[in-house]
Amino acid sequence: MDTVIHNSIHVLLAFGLAPLLLGITNKTKAAFGGRVGPPVLQLYYDLAKLFRKGSVFSTTTTWMFCAGPVVGLVTSAICVLLLPLAGGSAPISFLGDPIMLVYLLGLGRFFTASAALDTGSPFEGMGAAREVTFACLAEPAFVLGLLVLARLSDSFQLSTMLGTSLATYWSSAGASLALVLVSWSIILLTENCRIPFDDPNTHLELTMIHEVMVLDHSGPALGMILYGAALKLFIFGALIVRLVFPPTSSGLLDWPLLAVGLLGVAIGLGVVESTMARLRLTHIPLFLVAACLLSGFGVILLLR
Amino acid sequence: MTERLVLCAIALAAVSGMPGVALGRKSMAGQWIAAVLAIVGSGLGLAGLVLFWMFDDSQPVVIPWHLPGAEFNVAVDGLSAVFLVPIFVVTMMGQLYGLAYWKQTDYPQNGRKLRFFYGFLTAGMALLVISRNSILFLFGWEIMAVSAFFLVATEDEKPDVREAGWIYLVATHTATLGLIALFGLLHAVSGSYTLAPLAEGSISPAMATSLFALALFGFGLKAGLMPLHVWLPGSHSIAPSHVSATMSGVIIKMGIYGLFRTLSLLPTPPIEWGVVIMTLGAISGVLGMAFAIGQHDLKRLLAYCSIENIGIILLGLGLAVIGRSQGRADLVVLGVSGSLLHVWNHAFFKSLLFLSAGSVIHATHTREIDSMGGLAKAMPWTALAFVVGSVAICGLPPLNGFVSELMIYLGMVDLLEGSSAAFAGGALAAAALALIGTLAVACFVKAYGAVFLGVARSQAARQAHESGLPMLLALGVLSACCFAIALGPLALAPIFDKAVAVWAPDLPEAAPRLVTLAPLNWVTLMGGVLIAALVAARLLLGALLRHNGSTRSVTWGCGYSAATPRVQYTSSSFAQMLVALFSWALRPEVERPKNLPLFPRAARFHSEVGDVVLDEAVLPSFSFTGGLFSRFRVFQQGNIQTYLLYIFIALIALLLWR
Repeated sequence: MDTVIHNSIHVLLAFGLAPLLLGITNKTKAAFGGRVGPPVLQLYYDLAKLFRKGSVFSTTTTWMFCAGPVVGLVTSAICVLLLPLAGGSAPISFLGDPIMLVYLLGLGRFFTASAALDTGSPFEGMGAAREVTFACLAEPAFVLGLLVLARLSDSFQLSTMLGTSLATYWSSAGASLALVLVSWSIILLTENCRIPFDDPNTHLELTMIHEVMVLDHSGPALGMILYGAALKLFIFGALIVRLVFPPTSSGLLDWPLLAVGLLGVAIGLGVVESTMARLRLTHIPLFLVAACLLSGFGVILLLR
Repeated sequence: MTERLVLCAIALAAVSGMPGVALGRKSMAGQWIAAVLAIVGSGLGLAGLVLFWMFDDSQPVVIPWHLPGAEFNVAVDGLSAVFLVPIFVVTMMGQLYGLAYWKQTDYPQNGRKLRFFYGFLTAGMALLVISRNSILFLFGWEIMAVSAFFLVATEDEKPDVREAGWIYLVATHTATLGLIALFGLLHAVSGSYTLAPLAEGSISPAMATSLFALALFGFGLKAGLMPLHVWLPGSHSIAPSHVSATMSGVIIKMGIYGLFRTLSLLPTPPIEWGVVIMTLGAISGVLGMAFAIGQHDLKRLLAYCSIENIGIILLGLGLAVIGRSQGRADLVVLGVSGSLLHVWNHAFFKSLLFLSAGSVIHATHTREIDSMGGLAKAMPWTALAFVVGSVAICGLPPLNGFVSELMIYLGMVDLLEGSSAAFAGGALAAAALALIGTLAVACFVKAYGAVFLGVARSQAARQAHESGLPMLLALGVLSACCFAIALGPLALAPIFDKAVAVWAPDLPEAAPRLVTLAPLNWVTLMGGVLIAALVAARLLLGALLRHNGSTRSVTWGCGYSAATPRVQYTSSSFAQMLVALFSWALRPEVERPKNLPLFPRAARFHSEVGDVVLDEAVLPSFSFTGGLFSRFRVFQQGNIQTYLLYIFIALIALLLWR
């Protein structure tokens, strides 16, 4: 019974509230800029509108163009179910699920980038090239962080790696975990295409990464992309929150803790975006290598 | 029964090309006979393997042979059985594919030669895998190596084909040289040419290490592990595509088989061997993929990916060696199973990719990726097959590459629990595997995008057509193999448990089985969930599109309306950032305009990633050695009597010395 309740909250919270995070981020940015900003629920309005709109397809495109949004959304949605959010375990949990998570995101990337190339537009090709290039550096950093957790917890299952004993690791191996936290925060920014890696609000196609890949998508397909992106932000946000706030033994207390943590992530994202400038494109790989090295130092600190 | 069926298969394969030689140059009859014989033969062989796995029905065949030391001794065991599968499946599909791809009526000058040696290639490989005598093994090995040379050099009227064939021939015989030394040394320590495990403690550690080093050199050269890969890109790209598929899918795996077999014969290995194998695997994996990204010849790109996959296979083998040296059964089971399953997976998805590439080349008459584009519309089925192969080779769910990579990851994670050194090694290896995976995504998005998506970049690409039924059928069967492994790995677990038992006979009876170590049922379940969810989401999108309506228009050009196919991102531009990141290893030759004036005219940019090891190490050292040896020219008289005299003198000298 307990699991049923937990899993229902999990599904409702993740799929229902994911778009809210971007709304909060945008409100924060507006506050920094001295503007009122769009409503917190703006993304919900956008999604509702997009799912009712018609679409325009380029004559160049094939089935791959529709496969991009579909695969992107489905892989993110399954990844959400692999996350341990609160209490004991994730709705889907098995040995090796971190690899499933990483590779599902990879599958999404494969089809999103291919869908971009399907249009034959040079801008979208540019975006796709950048997306896959930066992922080459972000993913090893993410995996190294996972390995630190695997070593500490002696298991390779997200629910145990980010389980109740995480609190004791913070006292015994806090430095390693702190490095992983910083590294994962960098990955959250790059995987979700936020400043300083990518500017979701820019209007210059040449400088964009993710937004430029979806230039040609419209209507329900664009809605799927936006919702999938919101889920992806939720995934990385929730992982970081779980790392910072290890689950308590009671379980139900975890949900408010998670909500507070995600609120913090969303506001923090807004603060970062308001106070930092976008990096030069050629500097992004260096920054991502730094993320790899941070996780790598996390590994080294565990050697004894 | 199994051995007899496999021997039947070998005989059928060997004779399959012969009737065609006697038939006319323009007749398709010989080709059909060859295909039918090869398919029946492979079918018999596969039936024999099923008997072996189900009933353990193995009766070794031993026939005395008058050659000193040699013996016709063949037996199928768990390890040979695993390697026989790709041999039979891939060559069967190759013959089928060839029916439309390399028609005798289109290639009267070399079609018969191709099929003659293709049959011998199959026979040689199957023979070496089941032979239990090292001289018989070398017979099989040479039949394979020499037939492959004639296959690479199918179009020997072209100079680049002759050059690639020549490099291949030199490389393969250098490998054979290593193997002759290996088997000679084995005979010296064991007193027999029979391939049987050496008793624990029967040889000194130094001798064991020499044997291992020779095996790593000889078999590693065949497998194409970096930096011994120099022959591989050229010969894979130049051969007819179904030959490339066989070379990449099966022939290089014979090197892997040799490594597995030799390690199973040697006593418990020291941990350093495992570390060496894993290091070489990581280097081959990462750099192989980096080189692949830099290519703009479609088949050269795929050839470098083979090096990358050999790297993944070696990562698994290295894990297993470490496990055996430390008495860790879990590492042995995960390492051997992951590695061997990847041998299967790579055989299927890589031959699928090579055959789809062959269809593309057949349709466009070029291997240059940047002259293709937009082919998904003209060749929808080939495009679909290429997507399946690409997703599989990137190790992404729900396809088969994911299953073997997951096993290897789990083995690496098992290392993490150990000492600090084991933890650091396991973490590095896992990070390397993650990097290989993302590089593969970049490489295959580039390949699929530049070849099949967008707008055609050349006249040839605009006139492309879908390929014939036999070609599509071969692609379909190989795609089905990829899906079947991904969705039913549980059924395959006993096959790999058998192989593990052969490879590590010292493993305790109570050692864990693959099913308890890897979440194979979850792989099936998640694959099913993923496919079902994808179908559901696509149907939902389709319903929404129908309900809301949609129109067609040109691609949004950001306000620029006179776009031509030339403004598209090419494969080189797509790869540019990654090539720059890896330029320390790839050393690309870049030609770019410098000091452009204020109003520049037409300029040219060109970048080319050659093979660093071949161009900067092997060729210079070979020409240096060649220069040294030119002093011995005086002995090269050119008439046969002098040579006979040399042989006579050498024999007398040997007899006297003895």
